[in-house]
Amino acid sequence: MFLHELTANGIREKVKNREVSCVEVVKELFRRIKQKEALIEAYIFLDEEGALSKASEIDDKLESGKEIGLLAGIPIAIKDNISTKNIYTTCASKILENYIPPYNAFVVKKLLQEDAIIIGKTNLDEFAMGSSTENSAFHITRNPWDTESVPGGSSGGSAAAVSADMAFMALGSDTGGSVRQPASFCGNVGFKPTYGRVSRYGLIAFASSLDQIGTLTKDVFDAAMLLQVISGHDALDSTCSALDVPNYLSDINCRDNVVRIGIPREFFREGLDSEIRNALMNALEIYKKNGAVVIDLSLPHCEYAIATYCIIATAEACSNLARYDGVRYGYRSRLDDDNIVDMYSRTRAEAFGDEVKRRILLGNYVLSAGYYEAYYLKASKVRNLIKNDFDEAFTKVDCIISPTCPTPAFKIGEKILDPLEMYLSDVYTNIANLVGIPGISIPCGFTTAGLPIGMQILGKHFEEKKILQIAKLFEQETDFHLQKPKLD
Amino acid sequence: MEYNIVIGLETHAELNTDTKLFCGCSTSFGSEPNTQTCPICLGLPGVLPVINRKAFDHTLKTALALNCEINDFVNFDRKNYYYPDLPKNYQISQNHFNVGNNGSVDIIVKGEKKRIGINNVHLEEDAGKLVHPEASDAGHSLIDFNRAGVPLVEIVTNPDLRSIDDVQGYMHTLRNILQYINVSDCKMQEGSLRFEASISLCRKGAKVFGNRVEIKNLNSMKAVMKVLAYEISRQKELLDKGAQIVMETRLWDEVDGVSRRMRTKEEAHDYRYFPEPDLVPILVDKKSIDRIRETIPELSAMRRQRFTSEYLISDYEAGILTESKPLADYFEECVKLTIVSPKELSNWIINDVLRVLNEKKSHIQDFTISPKMLVDLIEMKSEIGGSIAKEVFSEMSNTGKDASSIVREKNLTPLSNAEELNFIISKIIEDNPKAIEDYGKGKKSALSFLVGQTMKITKGKANPKILIDIFREKLENNL
Ligand SMILES: [Zn+2]
Repeated sequence: MFLHELTANGIREKVKNREVSCVEVVKELFRRIKQKEALIEAYIFLDEEGALSKASEIDDKLESGKEIGLLAGIPIAIKDNISTKNIYTTCASKILENYIPPYNAFVVKKLLQEDAIIIGKTNLDEFAMGSSTENSAFHITRNPWDTESVPGGSSGGSAAAVSADMAFMALGSDTGGSVRQPASFCGNVGFKPTYGRVSRYGLIAFASSLDQIGTLTKDVFDAAMLLQVISGHDALDSTCSALDVPNYLSDINCRDNVVRIGIPREFFREGLDSEIRNALMNALEIYKKNGAVVIDLSLPHCEYAIATYCIIATAEACSNLARYDGVRYGYRSRLDDDNIVDMYSRTRAEAFGDEVKRRILLGNYVLSAGYYEAYYLKASKVRNLIKNDFDEAFTKVDCIISPTCPTPAFKIGEKILDPLEMYLSDVYTNIANLVGIPGISIPCGFTTAGLPIGMQILGKHFEEKKILQIAKLFEQETDFHLQKPKLD
Repeated sequence: MEYNIVIGLETHAELNTDTKLFCGCSTSFGSEPNTQTCPICLGLPGVLPVINRKAFDHTLKTALALNCEINDFVNFDRKNYYYPDLPKNYQISQNHFNVGNNGSVDIIVKGEKKRIGINNVHLEEDAGKLVHPEASDAGHSLIDFNRAGVPLVEIVTNPDLRSIDDVQGYMHTLRNILQYINVSDCKMQEGSLRFEASISLCRKGAKVFGNRVEIKNLNSMKAVMKVLAYEISRQKELLDKGAQIVMETRLWDEVDGVSRRMRTKEEAHDYRYFPEPDLVPILVDKKSIDRIRETIPELSAMRRQRFTSEYLISDYEAGILTESKPLADYFEECVKLTIVSPKELSNWIINDVLRVLNEKKSHIQDFTISPKMLVDLIEMKSEIGGSIAKEVFSEMSNTGKDASSIVREKNLTPLSNAEELNFIISKIIEDNPKAIEDYGKGKKSALSFLVGQTMKITKGKANPKILIDIFREKLENNL
């Protein structure tokens, strides 16, 4: 087995036991990246020099017997909408093409504290708006399982990098499924924590009440490890919870919590690929064999989820993206403008992509005078009804299982001209963002064409630990997570 | 033609917190441009606001002092509009769930009490400041973000103001309250108190009011008075001619002394308010309301009344002394320290202390003479005489030294020592036979002349009362 094929925890053990140096790990990883990146194009920016220097710093620490962090020596990739001090952070947008943040996001600070090694910034749909990573202003990213297919999105770069063994783990962000959906397309484990479990400070906002930083890893244990590091209270994020973070790693193999599994019938209706349905049915059999009870559920308001999501996400987005005006940083139209309004208009017209513009327009529309009550306010009320559905459901079940996506990875270019079709890709995932609950996507099978299938497990607010245990059980009973794409 | 006038006023007061509303940057005034900024108040990508509790408490205190109903659920909203001094292109403000609503302020206009309704009191962040280069062809403007994110309390009246006198009375009372409860310094020259006015006129007797005109950019109480006078005459003139008033927003031009159209109703901004998702709602319980209420001191109207009854000074004097809380505190501190009558203390403060402060354009908080020092001086007066006391006072105000050391250093100790005085008096009696003669004839004014001569020679150091006694004694004996 090559070094780059190991899990993050595998690397951690090797580094800790001094079987391999951090510098060797980084060098080996960059060898892999140089071989495969031209094909996959998962990254926007690679920082080999910075990674090597951090690696030798940790090697020195190990050499001198100093205490090392939980992620010591693990090369990690970061989605390019998470602020990294002195490292380009572009959101895959022309408008931030040359923007270098003067500060680190909370999660980045945490990673560095735990001695992780940042190797680069991964590609995404511009400002995390999209489900295929085709909306990047710079380049598309290819799915390692089928390079003619998309990796999903918006954290497509992070998912593809982990899947192609070009990163041991990665951070993504999930506003409507942007971690779980690409994890499902690329055969990774993708975890979106409870809203408020991980600080958003430094995550460049798309939709503030839905955004949450999440993890993309090779297995459930790695997810628990990374989640352990990035979770916790941050005084700089008012929406971040002060609840204690449990130890996700201890008792991860405990099976006591795998009891009542809810199956929402609304998630298994038309539009669901039959191979995915079958994979899910097989997965449920495995749980049943291990003592779980499967309970049929109804989440009646979920049919409004996509509409609700579109209104809330675009309303928040149009306001969050208003600051990109060419005045203080980022792109400014080069034309000589005789007034500020023209400068604003040209800057934004030239530097935002179509999907971003579409959402800004929609957001401004739903907030405008005379429409606010009919759209934004109504959507907020429906959001509460959906929350109630889930509160009700969780009185009967411990978790809710569904497919992560209705289809496997689709072909590049297949849906880019049909935004509504593209939005449907998030039909099973965006509900967790509206409700604020945690969710994971784990591999649960393959299509006959050899594309990965993802299974989503949703839990109650702040019950990350239970979800990890439920996911871990499945992983122990199957070997889907061990499959690797053939990239040769 | 005769018109009725209706005016509403929005007041923005900078809260006197040490740090900004949503970040830890300093709020101090007058620093180099853009030195008091951070990623948060510059609105860099990815930053989040965290509420400054002191600014919130100050807003709550303001709402309570203005007799508002306090909302138990308070939330922030985003007010979306583009302007280069607004880093995020939205302002975090309050629209739906303000801190307080339905308050009132009592003002006195021409001796009559009037109640002005307060629609709401809310908290918001300030914007930066555009600096336009003097050359009109510079082709650029500069932005100073030091002020961006400074907390502002906004106080919105109902349209209850019916004249310029009402407006003046309201502004004075409001400023006085804000200073009394110590939430704002209200320094006009630093722009910490700013106004927006709306005004409409209608013919006397008419039932429906005319179109409303809003005026922005009023950076002082003077500007408010000027613009309203200007607007009233402008609108009257138009209405007299039978013209319609256009519903619009106008901008006050301080330099030219005119208001100009900024935008009409059709061009009005749609602020697309929605709840700020980056902040959590604040739940205000009775306990925190009580805690803040306890910190509100006796306000000036009450204090003025108490001063007249408790200290037996005139309403006029009490009015001056309670104009600002620090001055009233100064007076009461003096009263506590001495048995000198409050009336005399009040005279000193109004005539001497305020005169010096005026000359120095200074505030009582920065005054060199503490209440203790002033009281010591006044108590010394009977000993050193009034004119020396005034001289010592002016020396104290310049140097900050206490009265007794100035008296000692400048050798201003009154010549009460009999030996020295006897010598001087004998000399004067010798030199002025005519006056002695006049006194003998019963001319009492001769005594005043002799005392005057002595004062001249002693440069005022002698105590006139003692002098009279000595002269009397000597002259009676001589006769
Ligand atoms: Zn700041």
